[in-house]
Amino acid sequence: MSNIAGTKSSLTWAVHLSLAALVLLWLFPTAGLLISSFRTADQISTSGWWKSLVSSEQNQTLRTAPGSEQIELDGKFFVEGNLFEGQKEAMISAWGTSSKAIADYKPGDVAILKKGGTVTVAANGDYRLENTEALKGKRGIRIFTTATRPPEFTISNYGHVLFEESASDSMAKAFFNTMTVTIPATIIPILIAAFAAYALAWMDFPGRALMIAAVVGLLVVPLQLALIPLLKFHNQIGIGKGYVGVWLAHTGFGLPMAIYLLRNYMVGLPRDIIENARVDGATEFQIFNKIIIPLSFPALASFAIFQFLWTWNDLLVSLVFLIDSSGETTVMTKRIVEMLGTRGGNWEILATSAFVSIAVPLLVFFSMQKYLVRGLLAGSVK
Amino acid sequence: MHPALQGLLTIIIGVGGCVGYFYGSNQLLDKVICPPTGSNAGRNINRANIIRPWLFILPAILALGLYLAYPVFETFRLSITERLPRGESKFVGLDNYRQMFSEDKFWEALKNNILWLIVVPALSTAFGLLAAQLSDRVRWGNIAKSIIFMPMAISFVGAAVIWKLVYDTRPIEQDQIGALNALYLFFGGTEPNTWLTIPFWNNFFLMIVLVWIQTGFAMVILSAALRGIPEETIEAAIIDGANSFQIFFKIKVPQIAGTIVVVWTTITIIVLKVFDIVFAMTNGQWNTQVLANYMYAKLFTANDWGVGSASAMIIMLLVTPILIWNVRNARKEMR
Repeated sequence: MSNIAGTKSSLTWAVHLSLAALVLLWLFPTAGLLISSFRTADQISTSGWWKSLVSSEQNQTLRTAPGSEQIELDGKFFVEGNLFEGQKEAMISAWGTSSKAIADYKPGDVAILKKGGTVTVAANGDYRLENTEALKGKRGIRIFTTATRPPEFTISNYGHVLFEESASDSMAKAFFNTMTVTIPATIIPILIAAFAAYALAWMDFPGRALMIAAVVGLLVVPLQLALIPLLKFHNQIGIGKGYVGVWLAHTGFGLPMAIYLLRNYMVGLPRDIIENARVDGATEFQIFNKIIIPLSFPALASFAIFQFLWTWNDLLVSLVFLIDSSGETTVMTKRIVEMLGTRGGNWEILATSAFVSIAVPLLVFFSMQKYLVRGLLAGSVK
Repeated sequence: MHPALQGLLTIIIGVGGCVGYFYGSNQLLDKVICPPTGSNAGRNINRANIIRPWLFILPAILALGLYLAYPVFETFRLSITERLPRGESKFVGLDNYRQMFSEDKFWEALKNNILWLIVVPALSTAFGLLAAQLSDRVRWGNIAKSIIFMPMAISFVGAAVIWKLVYDTRPIEQDQIGALNALYLFFGGTEPNTWLTIPFWNNFFLMIVLVWIQTGFAMVILSAALRGIPEETIEAAIIDGANSFQIFFKIKVPQIAGTIVVVWTTITIIVLKVFDIVFAMTNGQWNTQVLANYMYAKLFTANDWGVGSASAMIIMLLVTPILIWNVRNARKEMR
């Protein structure tokens, strides 16, 4: 806009750079968790996730095979093998035989051992111990290596979190519970709200303005106020803690937003269409079904996404209205909070679980972003 | 019954019930109660038109009344009563409030909440405005917007995990796996900090999480407002020799001031309700308590409904000015 008449702003580079910085800053924390979820517990706890993207240099203390595996040949004793046996491949850049000088030798060098004999280590970890006397001792000789390892990722965390049977770790059940909460809690308020919004937008009745004002007012009432009264109410009518309660609660809490959003949208529909239909003898129910609903699809989609994200991500409502002491109906957010408490150090489990719960909203977000933006623009009280 | 099956059944019953109610009640009205035929056809049509809006709106009124309006009054009633055994209760006046005001934890929560109320809306709006202005001027702006907007889809709990990893602390002799400590040591810090336990400043580390989430919201709304500015005003400013900063602060920002206020108040309300982040990251320890979490602790951990309800009323009280302002604006718009 400020580039009109070909005056290229001198600030262009500053704009690109600062926006890039902002974007990286916003992406960095999520990227950290995503990458961590593909690393093993050891990797996560020994190096920062940002180091996992490039080949990393690590110092390791390894051992050769013990003397019992030596071979005698022409009066000499040999032990041969690979230092990285059972591990991922790595490239040794330096090595040593004493903890005080861990990088004295290059790959291929021959070191003379204090106990007698020599040892040589190749870049890929192959070693060869040589001595004129038989080697003693149950354990092999320590070799200190400095090696670079290529990036290494695994999907075993996801297998563990999703398919492990042990009840304490299984996110699969929590995933289905969350789904069970979310779907009815998204669909039911839409229906109720659509009818109400149509009445508030296109039907004339006394008290309409007051009702719209009430909806706007209820939009900001904190749901914290509703917790105890509604829990009491649910206990009185006998549904207690459970899915029915959480569905009803989400429906109630989502309604003001739904009605407000849909009414704002429906008011903007062309008056002619609706009045022509009325003149042609359509009943209000037919107008609603055949004209309003199809035309309001974008607004319905916006609200559906909102309500879906909100119920999927919710913790408080589920804590209060759903999860009882048996823990059978736990949802993902609750499981993650529990893990933060009890397994604060097990980042591989935490990161993976968190990503399992984040994945679905992110998918919805990226595929339906258009509707989400539209809904936000219509839904913020002007 | 399996929950998934139960869920499916609820969808069918819920949706079927809703559709059935709306269809059935309209049919009943048109065919039985006020049929538009016979000698009273005209009168009946008028009557049907008076009744019909209420059929459409009745379920919503019931749900809103029961799930949002009634609890406000019931919570107020609970806040001035004391729970006695066997489900009875006793009127105690302002005793619950008095007890709450005498607790240090409450004042800590209130002070922290005020800090949140100042910092989070301000930073989110500022970053949102910056992101909106910058991304509208580059070709890859839409990608940038998507990424900054993305945290909106992430749950507060998920965000708590994400940021806990950023704030993670390892003993000095190990490699730091938390980005903040790694940066801190890289830039000459002497030893790693456990960020979430440093009183006062830990509040800011929690606030950053919400700022990170809400900036996208601010950006989307403000970006639309920025695009709605009439181009003539900007052209005129350029012709008069204004530079980019002058255009932004003296031409654009004043024209979207209304939208900035809307964004600010919306985020303010979200801040007042913030619960999950504090609950998941510190649970109010190390002087990070906020009202919503204080209330939750009172209601469900201490099982003290009186004081819990009293603190809920405090949250309601803080929301009320915004509520009144919104309602007045909505009414003005309708006229």
